[in-house]
Amino acid sequence: MIPVGETLRLAARALRRNKLRSFLTTLGIIIGVGAVIFIQSIGEGAKSRVRAQIESAGTNIVMLFSGASQGPGGRGGAGSQPTITWEDLRAIQTELPSVRAVAPQINSNQPVISETNTWNTQITGTTPDYFVIRNWPVAAGALFTASDQASAAKNAVIGQTAAENLFGPGVDPIGQIVRIRDAPFTIVGVLERKGQNAMGTDQDDGLYIPLSAFQTRMQRGLGKFVPGRISVSAVSPEAIPRVRQEISELLRERHRLGPDNEDDFSTSSMAEMTSMLTSTQDTMTLLLTAIAVVSLVVGGIGVMNIMLVSVTERTREIGIRMAVGAQPADIMTQFLVEALVLSAIGGALGVLFGVGLGQLIAPKFGWIMVTKTQVVVVALAVSAGVGVVFGLYPAKKASQLDPIEALRYE
Amino acid sequence: MALIELRKLARIYTTGDTEFAALRDVDLSIDRGEFVAISGASGSGKSTLMNILGCLDSPTRGSYFLGDRDVAKLSRIELARVRNEFIGFVFQNFNLLSRTTAAENVELPLIYARVPPAERHRRSKEALERVGLGHRAGHTPSQLSGGQQQRVAIARALVTQPPMILADEPTGNLDSATSIEIMRLLTELQRSGITIVFVTHEPDIAAYAARKIQVKDGSIISDERQTPLLAEAS
Repeated sequence: MIPVGETLRLAARALRRNKLRSFLTTLGIIIGVGAVIFIQSIGEGAKSRVRAQIESAGTNIVMLFSGASQGPGGRGGAGSQPTITWEDLRAIQTELPSVRAVAPQINSNQPVISETNTWNTQITGTTPDYFVIRNWPVAAGALFTASDQASAAKNAVIGQTAAENLFGPGVDPIGQIVRIRDAPFTIVGVLERKGQNAMGTDQDDGLYIPLSAFQTRMQRGLGKFVPGRISVSAVSPEAIPRVRQEISELLRERHRLGPDNEDDFSTSSMAEMTSMLTSTQDTMTLLLTAIAVVSLVVGGIGVMNIMLVSVTERTREIGIRMAVGAQPADIMTQFLVEALVLSAIGGALGVLFGVGLGQLIAPKFGWIMVTKTQVVVVALAVSAGVGVVFGLYPAKKASQLDPIEALRYE
Repeated sequence: MALIELRKLARIYTTGDTEFAALRDVDLSIDRGEFVAISGASGSGKSTLMNILGCLDSPTRGSYFLGDRDVAKLSRIELARVRNEFIGFVFQNFNLLSRTTAAENVELPLIYARVPPAERHRRSKEALERVGLGHRAGHTPSQLSGGQQQRVAIARALVTQPPMILADEPTGNLDSATSIEIMRLLTELQRSGITIVFVTHEPDIAAYAARKIQVKDGSIISDERQTPLLAEAS
């Protein structure tokens, strides 16, 4: 074999001689690779956004519901048949080693009235542990406390969107009084901004009050059963399956369910939610990538076509090279390297094109671009592979020319 | 010792059922340092003979000893190596790579001989100087006259220092004044020890050779020694 540097120099020169033609040939590869990079980056961006949103809901969370088992998606008639008692909750909190914290929560959309405005927002009745589980500190003021919960104190913690709508921008909400169903609540804290959740709901549009206050003010009286759903946080992400297992065993025992009885509660984890939402993303990305790969193959056919033309055009050159001692392998290498360089350059330009296109388009639609190094490496490798595969036949053809006929070729 | 030794050499082309013998049972021996002209009408088999001598084609039968080895049965790869090492070609239409400088054209055989770049440049420069074109190294064929192009081709044939140069109608595309220049150059090379075999149909060009072989219908019909036109003054 003649040295690599020599063949590369030769290939670069041959391609420079037909700049426009070389460019048009690589265009197929450029568009193919560009499309792959673009689609993959947008897909990855969408996935990372979903993941971030789900994680903003709190990590390591297992949701516990009263009633029969259900999927992680919808839940009909939540709390209509409560089966989990406050004793159950305490047992989960104290007896299970993998559980870090437990917080029940119940929601209701209610008009909230301040001195200046009325704003419809989501009222959540919960316990202070809720903010631990969701990893959600206050930006100003303080959270309501365990003693607030014990005494059903009318203290509230407010999200920033709700605060702005109730009091107007720039007004300090701490100490303000709002009325919910005629009951006055004092704002004691403002939560940090959290943004949208995975479903696109603004998590900052809400008001949080002690669960006990929620029950006495809105449901008239405390019950034996825990209303609403219950957030349980595991000690670590790895502990999530263990937590679900432990809760199931504990509740089945406490509810005296025999082996033939179905669970009268259900659990789901954020991990399930994440994988469900990201898997639809993955399917979409895969489909679009397949289309992009097809265009890459079409680009490869373009390379093959132009290499065949090139071999025919340069028949005489091939004859001359053979006459002065080029071996078939030398000729083969020359044309193969040329095809390889052509598609590798196309691949590199395609990466730039894909990333550039993303930078240009993504902001306009509010998309996020996440270009993974592996994707770039694979795209470059595939385009080089396309060069080799589609360059092989023309190169072989060139190397098998008869030197006498090649020299005679006009 | 003979440089070239052909024994009962035949080249038969087969098209369907019909066979055509371009060369039939040729015996020929050429010694190192000879100056040989081969002539004959078109279709006489002289081109086939040149192709076989140049290892571009293989005989159907018989043997061809180049030096001490039989090249009649070599593979394509081995033939390429023999062409590179032992033979310099000069063609009627020069066959230089266009848009490639004279120096790079001359370097071409050295690339395939795996000679490192620095040595390649040095040897190509030497070869161009030897044919009197040292000052035209950077010119491309289109910037050179026909005679100059043929000199570049001769430099390319010389650069690997082969024992033999084969020239196929080297003056066929040149005017008579330039033809004389080229034949002078070939004579000089032959005097420096290189075996030169050339094909021509022009008697006044054949006159430069010391030996004249005539081919007709695939056989050698005459093989005569003569005093070359540019005989060395004794």
